[in-house]
Amino acid sequence: MSTEPTAPVLRGGAGEERIRRAFAEAPGDAALVAYAMGGFPDLETSRQVLRAYVEGGADVVELGIPYSDPLADGPIIHAAGTTALEAGVTVDDVLALGRELSDDVPVVLMTYANLVLRPGADVFARRLADAGFSGLIVPDLPVGEEATDVVSACDAAGVAFIPLVAPTTGEERVAEVRAAARGFLYAVSVVGTTGERSGSPADRFGEIVARAKGDGGTDVPVAIGFGIGDAEGARAAAAAGADGAIVGTRLVRAAGEERPVEAVRAVLADLASGLGR
Amino acid sequence: MTPGTPFTEIGSERRFGPYGGRYVPETLLPALDELERTWATLREDAGFQAELGTLLRDFVGRPSPLYLARRISERVGREVYLKREDLNHTGAHKINNAIGQCLIAKHMGKPRVIAETGAGQHGVATATAAALLDLECVIYMGVEDMRRQMPNVQRMRLLGTTVQPVESGARTLKEAVSQAFRDWVATVEDTHYVMGTAAGAAPFPSIVRDLQRIIGDEARAQILDAAGRLPDRVVACVGGGSNAIGIFTAFLDDPDVALLGVEPGGHGIETGAHGAVLAGGLEAGVLHGAMTPVMQDDRGQILEAHSISAGLDYPAVGPQHAWLRDTGRATYVPVGDADALRAFRTVSRLEGIIPALESSHALHHVLHVPAPDVEIEIVCLSGRGDKDMEHALAGLRELEGDDALAHTVAEPLGHDPVADQDGDGPQDGAEIR
Repeated sequence: MSTEPTAPVLRGGAGEERIRRAFAEAPGDAALVAYAMGGFPDLETSRQVLRAYVEGGADVVELGIPYSDPLADGPIIHAAGTTALEAGVTVDDVLALGRELSDDVPVVLMTYANLVLRPGADVFARRLADAGFSGLIVPDLPVGEEATDVVSACDAAGVAFIPLVAPTTGEERVAEVRAAARGFLYAVSVVGTTGERSGSPADRFGEIVARAKGDGGTDVPVAIGFGIGDAEGARAAAAAGADGAIVGTRLVRAAGEERPVEAVRAVLADLASGLGR
Repeated sequence: MTPGTPFTEIGSERRFGPYGGRYVPETLLPALDELERTWATLREDAGFQAELGTLLRDFVGRPSPLYLARRISERVGREVYLKREDLNHTGAHKINNAIGQCLIAKHMGKPRVIAETGAGQHGVATATAAALLDLECVIYMGVEDMRRQMPNVQRMRLLGTTVQPVESGARTLKEAVSQAFRDWVATVEDTHYVMGTAAGAAPFPSIVRDLQRIIGDEARAQILDAAGRLPDRVVACVGGGSNAIGIFTAFLDDPDVALLGVEPGGHGIETGAHGAVLAGGLEAGVLHGAMTPVMQDDRGQILEAHSISAGLDYPAVGPQHAWLRDTGRATYVPVGDADALRAFRTVSRLEGIIPALESSHALHHVLHVPAPDVEIEIVCLSGRGDKDMEHALAGLRELEGDDALAHTVAEPLGHDPVADQDGDGPQDGAEIR
């Protein structure tokens, strides 16, 4: 890497720049990355819920596309996706939801590889950019040979490709994935699928964040996710040095409650307090 | 097919042409790496191979016979040999792979194994191998398949395995595999996933093929012994494709041996209710960690397959089969539910062998599609049909009414309505003269 004091060229283009700014400008102790299953429980409610995310202080919104075979998701998000699929929610619907938010907050898409590869990586990345999305997370597309085409397509379209590292990921591989990260690096906090965890995964956050950041430090923000659902978890993430806390299942569960917008607001307020806001 | 996917094979066959790869959550990559390294060592390791070979001989009962099916042969006018995987312990080819992978798990120091099952044969095989090798075992099975295959559910439970019902989607094999993957994401540190077919993320397609190629290696030697030459054709059913790749592999370098895979045509390819992804010419997508032809809608959502046979009810196929099709080395054809059901009955009556509904797909093709260029052929009889009895007979009744088995039903001997009325007719099957 160059030691000249110029700003680094961001390979993820405008999308990466926007995400980085959101992390840098986040109030309190860390950025809040809030996940929603697009179109759950139905399109109109989803739209209201997402609006509540923006008003409730989400610095980045992570929007999921309902998918038939979500291998990395636990039962709550899996079921939410199934409900949305059964309601007829499509990829286009979710892109439209993102479009509506993208003036107010950077939006990243979370989806599985087949939905990206079906139309072709280039076409998909361009559609994302056209819909105002800033980033893309594909949990079954690990950095390396499988992801090469999608990363190039995202770079060309100005969409940040955001990879994941897991607790099982070896040191060398963590460095490789970190070097490939655009926007932020998604550090998975547990060996498992998405979902709230009983007990205190926070005990492990320090180690997880330190591994993700590496010895030499990195300028790529690190956000930690899987298992964070309340103020205590968010506080622990920030205390561990994470640049962001990613919350998914707890918010999806709230969106499925009888009064979804109120439920989501309450969760976001709790998380904000954990982040020192 | 994804544009730009490299066509070169990488490492220990991570790809077959454009197919294969490792489209899995990051959490699983180290386990796939470990498995790849372990297998690269063990498959050349004399001690491991001796241990496996002894179990295959003494526990499974290998080699399985190659049987010249005389009445089928007479009927079709050529020599039809059946590779009798139905005679293996647990009744199908699945045990070859299950024992191999459970031994691999032992060598990796993993005390727990998980697996998916459709027809229940792979579940029973894995439960059996787990009992043999003292491993904890959990089998994921769709509740629809549990209904279709209750005897196998009971076998697994008897063997000490936990059968975990899967309620999502169509509640069949695809969902069971997805759920097993989710389990593995959470338990990968002490658990090995015994993938049951030659599909999924690398290195599973290669490992399963390597463990199943004993079918073909034996059959090749046996046919040379019995017929004095190689067969003109080798036929096997293909769902994920493990028995087929197992028997094909031994003949890949014999260009004069045609390789024919028979896929589940379900209600017909035109109806969409089938599982014939190769014969149907479906485009590649990603399912369960592999790039391979898969049933999907135009947006990329994975669709459910349909087959009368739970073991073929899978919307994708092993990546090596896709490459064998593309390169022209193997050919794939569909056979539908009704034809498979009738072949199930025909072969039972012609040969005294009740074939699995899976194998019945291949047998229908052999029985009914002319093959003028074939004088000698081998059909992989991948398993026995006991597990399918209730389901298959119900299917035949639905197809042909209550007369489906009629011409074998005889009037009871010694029927005497008057005596019966008086209560002193023949009782409890007492012999009548």
